Amino acid sequence: MAHEQQDAARTGSYLIRGAAILGGAAQDLLIRDGIITGRGTDLAGSDAADGATVIEAAGLVALPGMVDIHTHLREPGREDAETVETGTRAAALGGYTAVHAMANSNPVADTAGVVEQVHTLGRAAGWVDVRPVGAVTVGLAGEQLAELGAMADSRAKVRVFSDDGICVHDPVLMRRALEYVKAFDGVVAQHAQEPRLTAGAQMNEGDVSAVLGLTGWPAVAEESIIARDVLLAQHVGSRLHVCHVSTAGSVEIIRWAKARGINVTAEVTPHHLLLTDELVRSYDPVYKVNPPLRTDSDVQALRAALADGTIDVVGTDHAPHPSEHKECEWAQAAMGMTGLETALSVVQATMIETGLMGWEDFARVTSTAPAVIGRVADQGRPLEVGEPANVILVDPAARWTVDPSKMATMGRNSPFAGRELPGKVVATFFKGHPTVLNGELNTPYRHGSHPETTGPAGAN
Amino acid sequence: MKHLLSTEDLSLANAIRILDTAEEMAAVGEREVKKLPALRGRTVVNLFFEDSTRTRISFEAAAKRLSADVINFAAKGSSVSKGESLKDTAQTLAAMGADAVVIRHWASGAPHRLAATDWIDAAVINAGDGTHEHPTQALLDAFTMRRHWAQLHGTPSAGADLKGMRVAIAGDVLHSRVARSNVWLLRTLGAEVTLVAPPTLLPIGVGQWPCSVSYDMDETLAKGVDAVMMLRVQGERMNASFFPTTREYSRRWGFDDNRLRALDTLGLKDTIIMHPGPMNRGLEISSAAADSPRSTVLAQVRNGVSVRMAALYLLLSGDTREAAATASSGTASSSTAYSNAAHSTKESH
Repeated sequence: MAHEQQDAARTGSYLIRGAAILGGAAQDLLIRDGIITGRGTDLAGSDAADGATVIEAAGLVALPGMVDIHTHLREPGREDAETVETGTRAAALGGYTAVHAMANSNPVADTAGVVEQVHTLGRAAGWVDVRPVGAVTVGLAGEQLAELGAMADSRAKVRVFSDDGICVHDPVLMRRALEYVKAFDGVVAQHAQEPRLTAGAQMNEGDVSAVLGLTGWPAVAEESIIARDVLLAQHVGSRLHVCHVSTAGSVEIIRWAKARGINVTAEVTPHHLLLTDELVRSYDPVYKVNPPLRTDSDVQALRAALADGTIDVVGTDHAPHPSEHKECEWAQAAMGMTGLETALSVVQATMIETGLMGWEDFARVTSTAPAVIGRVADQGRPLEVGEPANVILVDPAARWTVDPSKMATMGRNSPFAGRELPGKVVATFFKGHPTVLNGELNTPYRHGSHPETTGPAGAN
Repeated sequence: MKHLLSTEDLSLANAIRILDTAEEMAAVGEREVKKLPALRGRTVVNLFFEDSTRTRISFEAAAKRLSADVINFAAKGSSVSKGESLKDTAQTLAAMGADAVVIRHWASGAPHRLAATDWIDAAVINAGDGTHEHPTQALLDAFTMRRHWAQLHGTPSAGADLKGMRVAIAGDVLHSRVARSNVWLLRTLGAEVTLVAPPTLLPIGVGQWPCSVSYDMDETLAKGVDAVMMLRVQGERMNASFFPTTREYSRRWGFDDNRLRALDTLGLKDTIIMHPGPMNRGLEISSAAADSPRSTVLAQVRNGVSVRMAALYLLLSGDTREAAATASSGTASSSTAYSNAAHSTKESH
């Protein structure tokens, strides 16, 4: 990286003309060297806009770059499924400027060395900020705390800790983790799944599993862990984040906890906002995911909770798998779905076109709130003068049919394949540099020669 | 019908058609030369990912009586146990020119995968998948019940359904593909089904099924029942706390000697006792019950060949018409399988 020739501070200047800022009135945005330097009507004639590349954005919505709190980039270890390079290309195309890379790589991201490796790979790729998530326990084994402090102090500056994929089910270990991360303002992101209640689980337990003869994953296995964890978070006065909330009952527990002032945040995936376990009747493993697709009443409760703030953020749980892990019997198949390149469209379809939310709310749940949870200082900021230029332009009127073979992710396991979805990312500005233009990948941002510098917008 | 994957989506017309065709096939089984040339030159593969000698030889006998070439592919000890995928196995069979694949698999939905993908173009018959379905078992059970019901009423089997028949299915419904396939098919044929099981062995969601549910075997018998189907219960289930002990299971939900006598006391002289096999004598069914004249266990086995011949014939003969409105004749003398049931007690299990 010491040999990168591009000066990080010089990302050029762009005049975005007539974009609906957060879906509101059309205004111009001027971006120069990583910073929003102007916002107003008709900046074209101003001296500040002199020499700027003009981007006509009439009809487009300008939003803060999306921040994914829950991404699986698979590197190191499963480069046949995804790499940091391919995963972050997909992220940029999906409108993201930051992703949190989950810890279940191989080796597990449970040491400063591994999180720094992922962090470095992310900087080298240059498509988005890659924020590594540290494992809570050594090897995700649920027995012994990983060196959380070392990961927090590393160049990756880890703030989110999770054994995602596996629940920290030991109540004492969970308590200690919650307590310990207070030392560096960390958060424990829990994969809420009581392991004994879900041994061999294949799909949501209910009417459909009864007919299909697939072992059920009962809602209570999620809800009982969330109930326990919010009480633990209250007891030790720490910060809890609940990954991929999937049931109506979980929503009720989180609503109750927030009303009691417990410091809990919650996430929902796009697929849980749209799809139900009825799809499993096909036995097509593209619909196999953990937690499983639930019922329509769960979907409706999750949408309502996201709209009213009970659920704080949308996290993709982007989980690419090589095709051989899905072209098999249901019980043999891997769990997980891709999501980075469809998240915006699915949220638009389920939350905005249903009238439950506006684009301001969209910015809150996809950018502002996840940046706060992950303590990502220069992301999720308002689109105001002086703020870092992490900006996306979205065409809300676009309609497109999902074709996994055309995606940037290596994963072809999109449950939305063949569906027509609304909304398309036209441009993504990451630290003032267009990583995506005209809906296609442009060039990556080039970080400066000093690893500690996070670019012109860093302002550490 | 291109495939036979489940009874849930089997129409009444197709169900009756299979049962009627099976009546004609049963007649073949009574002849000195038990063979038809119908499937000469066609290849049927028995693809078994799970041990099941009974089902496999039943399908093998059925295919051979129709003159098909039969290939038995047992996944154990083959390339499958060395990690070959279902996809590769299916494509291999396709390359060899299989016309039909009879698949038994431990994973629910595996036959649906074969039928839904482009891995193989053959007709797929589900010979039992995980805890999902076992449609030919349900068809042979219905065939057995229909003959009994018709004989009781002095009417021909052919063309008939099971309207008014009361059937109790007792045991480990949760893990039973036989129970699921029977519930759907018996609903389609018009029978009234009651599931009898400990609450731990009923799936969450059973309330949506087209049947009644009872936790009490004696009460179910006392209400009157025309057929009692006992499901196999694995003793290991008690280790996972589905029930406390095998003895408690037997007392509450098994078909023991007391309940066999109760059928007489209750005046249920024509009630039959069914079991898909293999039986756990002394657990879900007592020897006296299994060997009593009420038992149809061996008739079920015999009828299984006829029903599987019918399924193979209808899927492979290229005859994809819906069932004719009038049932075929020529089955009047085919109640032999049922009447043989009375002698089954002398045969070895």
